Amino acid sequence: MIYKSAFGFPAWNFRRAFEEFDRMRRQMDRFASGLEPGSGENYQKTGVFPALNLTEDGHNYYIRAELPGMVSEDLDIQVTGKNLSISGVRKILPEAEGARYHRREREAGKFARVFTLPGVVMAEKINADFSNGVLTVSIPKAEESKPRKILIN
Amino acid sequence: MNEQKATELKVKGKQEISGTSEQTRPGLVFTPDVDIFETDLSLTLLADMPGVTADLLSVDLRDDTLTITGGMPPYRYKEEKPLMIEYETGTYYRQFSLSEIIDQQRIDAQLKNGVLRLTLPKVAKTVPRKIVINAD
Repeated sequence: MIYKSAFGFPAWNFRRAFEEFDRMRRQMDRFASGLEPGSGENYQKTGVFPALNLTEDGHNYYIRAELPGMVSEDLDIQVTGKNLSISGVRKILPEAEGARYHRREREAGKFARVFTLPGVVMAEKINADFSNGVLTVSIPKAEESKPRKILIN
Repeated sequence: MNEQKATELKVKGKQEISGTSEQTRPGLVFTPDVDIFETDLSLTLLADMPGVTADLLSVDLRDDTLTITGGMPPYRYKEEKPLMIEYETGTYYRQFSLSEIIDQQRIDAQLKNGVLRLTLPKVAKTVPRKIVINAD
């Protein structure tokens, strides 16, 4: 009897356990590979919408945010000194009468985020582009924040 | 609309795909957020796929399985140094099994501002399907 119940025991779901391992392994892989800017120690989360990516090159800072379904008229970008604020409203327009929803995962609402830039910028030359649902703000650095090569005599 | 304005959007965090099949290409795969609704005439799917361009988007319907894959142009900003990274980019992938019979000829897909709008018209029930019986 004991023999029989041990073999008939159905609760061991090995497949599920391995799926979990698989997920963990992928997460490790992500941090280990340097393919995307997101991998590495500077990946962080603040929880304030929208999530921003800040990058720089010698002349500009670049801020990118994913705002699918928005139109540029509903976005407001302002600069005061080193502070950049991005605010707006994401609208999801009501669909036709009698539409029966099966899934509703997309969200609408307002947002506002103020962000301090790491250096002094030329506020009058900031350029913003919104395409394919991705906002890119290019912010030229002021002369004093640009890297300067020091010659050694 | 007033109700929508009152709510504050929060960062949801992109859902990385979890499944048993592995990708052949390296990179991250995300599940896009979708709205699906149905009217008497059609089934409409809206998917948030920011950064996806029309040439890298594929919508496939076969054997009642709808597959949406959205790719992003390759990362062009290699010379930029990341200072603060809060979101990652990658491919979007999602599959649905459809219970309705869809008129494949009239499927309409539009990609606008990073949102895919897919209209899947149902096969009209009023049109009787004539079945020709061959007997010899």
